[in-house]
Amino acid sequence: MSVLIFIDTTDGHVKKSSLEVLTYGAKVAEQLGTVAEGVVLGSVTEDLAALGKYGVKKIHQVADDSLNHLDAQLYAKVIAQVAESTGAKVIIFSNNVDGKAIAPRLSVRLKAGLVSGAVALPDTSNARPDDPVGRGFVVKKNVFSGKAFANISVSTDIKIIALSPNAYKTVAGDGTAEVVAFNATVDAAKVKVTNTTKASGEVVLTEAEIVVSAGRGLKGPENWGMVEELAKVLHAATACSRPVADAHWRPHNEHVGQTGFAIAPNLYIAIGISGAIQHLAGVNRSKVIVVINKDAEAPFFKAADYGIVGDAFEIIPKMTEAIRKLKGVA
Amino acid sequence: MKILVCISKTPDTTAKIAFTDNNTKFDVNGVQWIINPYDEWYALVRAIELKEADAAATIHLITVGAADAEPIIRKALALGGDEAIRVNADSHDSFYIASQIAEIAKQGGYDLVLTGKETIDYNGSSIGGMVAELLDQPYVSLATKFELAGTKATITREIEGGEEVNEVELPVVVSAQKGMAEARIPNMRGIMAARTKPLKVVEPIAADALTTVAGFGLPPAKAGVKLVAADNVEELVRLLHEEAKAI
Ligand SMILES: Cc1cc2nc3c(=O)[nH]c(=O)nc-3n(C[C@H](O)[C@H](O)[C@H](O)COP(=O)(O)OP(=O)(O)OC[C@H]3O[C@@H](n4cnc5c(N)ncnc54)[C@H](O)[C@@H]3O)c2cc1C
Ligand SMILES: Nc1ncnc2c1ncn2[C@@H]1O[C@H](COP(=O)(O)O)[C@@H](O)[C@H]1O
Repeated sequence: MSVLIFIDTTDGHVKKSSLEVLTYGAKVAEQLGTVAEGVVLGSVTEDLAALGKYGVKKIHQVADDSLNHLDAQLYAKVIAQVAESTGAKVIIFSNNVDGKAIAPRLSVRLKAGLVSGAVALPDTSNARPDDPVGRGFVVKKNVFSGKAFANISVSTDIKIIALSPNAYKTVAGDGTAEVVAFNATVDAAKVKVTNTTKASGEVVLTEAEIVVSAGRGLKGPENWGMVEELAKVLHAATACSRPVADAHWRPHNEHVGQTGFAIAPNLYIAIGISGAIQHLAGVNRSKVIVVINKDAEAPFFKAADYGIVGDAFEIIPKMTEAIRKLKGVA
Repeated sequence: MKILVCISKTPDTTAKIAFTDNNTKFDVNGVQWIINPYDEWYALVRAIELKEADAAATIHLITVGAADAEPIIRKALALGGDEAIRVNADSHDSFYIASQIAEIAKQGGYDLVLTGKETIDYNGSSIGGMVAELLDQPYVSLATKFELAGTKATITREIEGGEEVNEVELPVVVSAQKGMAEARIPNMRGIMAARTKPLKVVEPIAADALTTVAGFGLPPAKAGVKLVAADNVEELVRLLHEEAKAI
């Protein structure tokens, strides 16, 4: 028995969300009195052994070049082989773009119940006399787009958890992992990747710790310079409300909410956004929400932790300045 | 070209979220039901566009749900699609639902199965991948574009901070999100036509549920907003740094 963690990579680098699942998976293993092992597919340029500091003891690598790009069908087949050979009882993914493609397939392959979008460690204490279905292995996940949570009980022998990005804090200790080559049967990929485009040098919205977001209150695209400047001093990603993306003031990959990205940063700063329920659906899992709006009645204030009622055009530059001062940058 | 579009029923985006039966059931009291937005706006509309470009294409809709899902599937038929299938089962387990969809998909021999990116109530984002595995077909998830040339599909999918273009031979299962198509509104002709389109009800096959909902809960209420005066932005920054430890 072991806990197996899927280490997701991009261009040979371990993704930030992988560090979260490694930390989480090690904790699950500790809880179950077993060891955490990792599986990584394709070639990796980073030092995998160093990932031992997140608590993983052994990493199985299938360094086949045809696994350098995601083909969910192929990935699930290979991970299933590793899971079977290591006797994994709990398998952990990040509920990121790749996890959402692979975990459901593996769930079918191994007949293993899947909880996607988990936000906490599983509850394995089955002493709950008042709640007969709540026994065994129960995992808390977000439902109703962050407006509620559900405790999902998994009844199968093998369990799969896909952890929400940013839901579990990475903790590094010391230790090194033993990296072993795993000999898997790898079929030909059916999905061919012909092109990849990535915004370079910017903070990735879905992974960002801090997000600075602005809405129609900013009046027009020409006013976004100060939003970007604020984001820059905070090392934050930028986001926007839907009408802003629809009007092409900002690119669509910044649109958050029900129909855009769902994010859960540590800090979400909403400027000139009214806080419509569909907007909140994408951001309400943020840990701290700051709202800047000239209308004291804006619904967003009800969902906020901190707020300023005032004119964004005056407040943003002052805020940037104050943060510069705080961080000691000129 | 045969397309199967998976349609689910979800509470309206503005529905009040509450629970009954000792927090084990979603409170449906006063809830307005809609077609899950991703299924309607992106999966279904893209299927309709594909049919508009290829008169020989057929679109079937499938929903796994009780009789109360029928208004939703009729509404979907009013937008487009040739016929609908309702598998008469009420379940919230992804594997169970996927097993039903896969069974219908096998029988129908579809070239393309389209799902939404996720349901806005259970947020599983899992059923498309499960169906693909059950069918042993490739799966491209979170797709923002879908183009077809003969039997080769060129699909753009979301990756962290960007996009990736995938090429794959049909048959394939694809989950759709924003970018795939522009939402449409059903017109009178569509609504009239939908009344006479076939809606087949079939009984479910035996399948396991791998998970159950032990209970629901609401996140703890926010303590309330701490307001800072507009002329005291430095105080906000201090609070974020010292109190919230967010910067
Ligand atoms: C099915 C559906 C799905 C949707 N999905 C999404 C989604 O994913 N994401 C999303 O964002 N929206 C979504 N919407 C739209 C949503 O309902 C709102 O219309 C939208 O979020 C409003 O955007 P906004 O807050 O930028 O603009 P507005 O509602 O116009 O608000 C602008 C705000 O700026 C404030 N303001 C104006 N001037 C200033 C100033 N100088 N300084 C400070 N504040 C100022 C105003 O007081 C106001 O509160 C969806 C709607 C529907 C029906
Ligand atoms: N009961 C259902 N009947 C038919 N299709 C469904 C059902 N539930 C979910 N789907 C489809 O699967 C997609 C993903 O759902 P989920 O995995 O639950 O987030 C949805 O967008 C639908 O297209």
